[in-house]
Amino acid sequence: MDSKPEPILTCTHVWKLFGRNPEQFIAEHPQITDELLARNALIGAVRDANIEVAEGEIFIIMGLSGSGKSTLLRCLSRLIEPTHGQVMFEGEDLLKHSEKQMIQIRRHKMGMVFQHFALMPHLTVLGNVAFPLEVQGIDRIKRERRAREVIELVGLQDRESYYPRELSGGQQQRVGIARSLCVEPKIWFLDEPFSALDPLIRREMQDEFLRIQSMLSKTIVFITHDFNEAVRLADRIAIMKDGAIIQIGTPEELIINPADDYVEEFTNDLSRAKVFTAKTVMGPHNPGISTGGQVSGNTKIQDLAEDLIRSELPFDVVDHNHTVIGQLSRDAVIDVLVKQP
Amino acid sequence: MKTAVSTAERFEFTHSWLFAWLVAIAAVAGIWAGGDLWSWAVKAPKELTWKIEALGSCTSVRLCVTGFFKFMVNNEAYVFPWTFKEFTRAVAACIEFPYQIIRSLFASGFAVPLGDGQTWQSPPVSWLGLTAVLTVVAYRLRDWKLALMVFLCVAYLAVFGNWESAAITFSSIAVAVPIGIVFGATIGIFGYRYEKFERAITPILDLMQTVPIFAYLVPVLFLFGFGPVSAVAATVIYAMPPMVRLTILALKTVPGEIKEFGKMVGCTKRQMTWRVLIPAAAPGLMVGVNQVIMLSLNMVIIASMIGAGGLGFDVLASLRRQAIGDGLEAGIAITLIAIVLDRLTQAWASKSPAPSSDPPPTFLQRHRNLSLAIAVLLLTTLAGFLWPFFAQWPTHLEVSTGQFWNDLIKWININFFDELEAVKVFLLLNILKPVKAFLLGLPWPGVLILLALAGLQLGGIRLALLVVACASFILITGQWTKAMITVYLCGISVVTATLIGLTVGIIASRYQILKKPVLVFIDTLQTLPSFVYLLPVVMLFRVGEFSAMVAVVLYALPPAVRYTLYGIEQISPSLIEAAKTSGCTKRQLLAKVQIRLAWPEIMLGVNQTVMFALSMLVITALVGTRDLGQEVYIALTKADTGRGLVAGLSVAFIAIITDRLISAAARKRKQALGL
Repeated sequence: MDSKPEPILTCTHVWKLFGRNPEQFIAEHPQITDELLARNALIGAVRDANIEVAEGEIFIIMGLSGSGKSTLLRCLSRLIEPTHGQVMFEGEDLLKHSEKQMIQIRRHKMGMVFQHFALMPHLTVLGNVAFPLEVQGIDRIKRERRAREVIELVGLQDRESYYPRELSGGQQQRVGIARSLCVEPKIWFLDEPFSALDPLIRREMQDEFLRIQSMLSKTIVFITHDFNEAVRLADRIAIMKDGAIIQIGTPEELIINPADDYVEEFTNDLSRAKVFTAKTVMGPHNPGISTGGQVSGNTKIQDLAEDLIRSELPFDVVDHNHTVIGQLSRDAVIDVLVKQP
Repeated sequence: MKTAVSTAERFEFTHSWLFAWLVAIAAVAGIWAGGDLWSWAVKAPKELTWKIEALGSCTSVRLCVTGFFKFMVNNEAYVFPWTFKEFTRAVAACIEFPYQIIRSLFASGFAVPLGDGQTWQSPPVSWLGLTAVLTVVAYRLRDWKLALMVFLCVAYLAVFGNWESAAITFSSIAVAVPIGIVFGATIGIFGYRYEKFERAITPILDLMQTVPIFAYLVPVLFLFGFGPVSAVAATVIYAMPPMVRLTILALKTVPGEIKEFGKMVGCTKRQMTWRVLIPAAAPGLMVGVNQVIMLSLNMVIIASMIGAGGLGFDVLASLRRQAIGDGLEAGIAITLIAIVLDRLTQAWASKSPAPSSDPPPTFLQRHRNLSLAIAVLLLTTLAGFLWPFFAQWPTHLEVSTGQFWNDLIKWININFFDELEAVKVFLLLNILKPVKAFLLGLPWPGVLILLALAGLQLGGIRLALLVVACASFILITGQWTKAMITVYLCGISVVTATLIGLTVGIIASRYQILKKPVLVFIDTLQTLPSFVYLLPVVMLFRVGEFSAMVAVVLYALPPAVRYTLYGIEQISPSLIEAAKTSGCTKRQLLAKVQIRLAWPEIMLGVNQTVMFALSMLVITALVGTRDLGQEVYIALTKADTGRGLVAGLSVAFIAIITDRLISAAARKRKQALGL
């Protein structure tokens, strides 16, 4: 990220422990270690999580099953009460809110998409999408008008009167997406939204997701266990293991500078050309050398491959103001792509 | 319990149990052999009584219960703000009022006062109109097949002359079912919301479902007197527990994501319950509704003993007259009502609501179908004044198969009397009598030791304590001998039913063509009211323990077949394929794979068979057994609450002992198989 906007959602030192008297345990132990947890028969589902999500950012929490990513997400919306820590949303501490205030915040500011869609079986597509507004007590004509708008946004306009069981998995999740966007949330939680879908559909839905996001620019917290999906969609990724966040960074940062072997393990299989941009790979600007042309710093290496093969000469890399910020040579590209970790 | 012995440690473990069993059996045999020395142990003890000044007439468990109910009724207890008597009267009024309306509507017609002490009796709803409306409803809900079935079932009631009785029975059901559903669902919702409440009601529900039906009748009779109100009250009490359970279960099985979704869109607690949880749990709740209907139908027949009237009374009367034909026809009528209600509610539940559109403005337009139905009913009823055919199926066209059945039984009795008698006598002398003598001869401390040991091995110390406590209750209330007769009749019936059930189940699972007829047959057996079984049995074998056994076996057969079939069919096909590719013959496949893997389910089937057998056994008191059932029956005729409840509880405790032991064994086996 070039400029750093104010974070809209931060969580600091969030812990979620399961077991007996976890609050007391945290209060008594300033330094918590694995052995200490084991000795007290406590399970650390989330351990000292710190994240900051900026406005308009796609923030992805990636981890394998049991890594605590879903628990962390639910701590952010207080579906699960964190044992300890602070969750700030728009400058207010969520954990200090009463149940009533939380209901209001969830009604108007949060939207969530679920792994298994969580559609109401007895309601039509229209009824499902309008449900969050119905709960708010908005009259039928108004809420159905709004619901039709979002249904159109996800491309299901001809399926409004269908029941969930009559839809394919991909279509069901489109309903889930439409429903979560119906209230125009400030923050959009997606809990492994595409994990239950077939690979081809998953890809299609990822494209759909990016399309919708390009129109709406929501602040997003997205959970996945699929590193490829994370790299494809994320502005920044947090990698979790055993309840702790190991590393937070842009996809490129994770690949260039993995915090440990565990992170590196994920990055190994990745096609670097798809992730790296010219900006990352470029060398310093050298005005003396003649160049083959200009490329934008945000272009992926993969998309430059043809130019690089065609031209012997290096390219000038420019930023969005067309100022030259560096130089991209074929050798540098090859170096990065084939470099063994 | 044989488990996969993999380590030396476990091997020793199994052996130490074997040793313990040997010691226990030796001890029991010792007590039995030394019967002269320890006569107190061999003879069943008398009822435990005590004399404590402060407790007054409460000198034994039985008398305490009786005293308690007397105390409640005699204006001494208060259910704020009324006395208990006023309370029961209020309840009775709440039942009586809707019952009378529905009964007048469908069965007897309304009595309209005309002044000068004269009344005019309006006709009940026309049978023709009702048949037509129900048929059309069935068609609208599903298809012409359901419509045809409903038509035939309802027409049967008219043609066989059961219409009025059926209408009376239906009135009881129509009052009992909604009350059962509303109360059951409410308690269920509370149980779901408050875990402590659930834990408190679970044992009560367990007990309610195991106490035999007759035993309910005694206190209800005492509180509400003889009549339809008592019958409805007993029906509600009997039919409610499954609704409570299924409500809790249905709400619990709503996917976690749906609950989270409800929270995320900001539902209040009330919205969460009514807008999210209940609609999402609807299929499970409908199973509960269905159960309430089925159990109510079952109970309302038995409740005829305390004045329910209707079809149940017809069956009971024909049992007393030994008119098998009439009884069978009335019994089938009940089954048909059950089928119609069952299918219609299921069709209604699975029908998807119409797509949302703006509601039309006027009442008639909004409820077009309802208005049409009312119009049809009204017109056909009015037409009854002009043409009697509309009011009632002509008596001379009524069909009865009664004579045929009576002749059939007579013919069998004349031609095969010796054969039947020979079978009966042989079984009585060689199996029933020796088993009975053996069980009655068992010293009670020995039985307690064996039960405790079984409990200890299968479920640990808590199970052992529970089992011994249940058995001790029977002991101190002085019902040991009668309980042993119950155990003996039940045991023999269960063994027989299980053997037949296993065989039928295995055969049906192997030959797919047989599966459907078998399922239809056991479904029919299961929906026939329990009284009906007694009819042919009594007429062929006359009263006595043998007749009771045959009736119980018939009644307890369905679960044995069903669970065997289910157990074999739920085995993963890949395991069967694995066995086949390893070269198993059909016999090996059955013996080495299917039966072993189906064992936990088969055990649960046995468990259900025991429950069914016990509930039927109590009813067989009508044909002269001398067990706990007879005790309950006597109490019912004397309205002796203490005696009835104590005997009923004893039956329930026998059921609980077997249920807990068998379930624990099945669970252990399942764990050993890693399922």
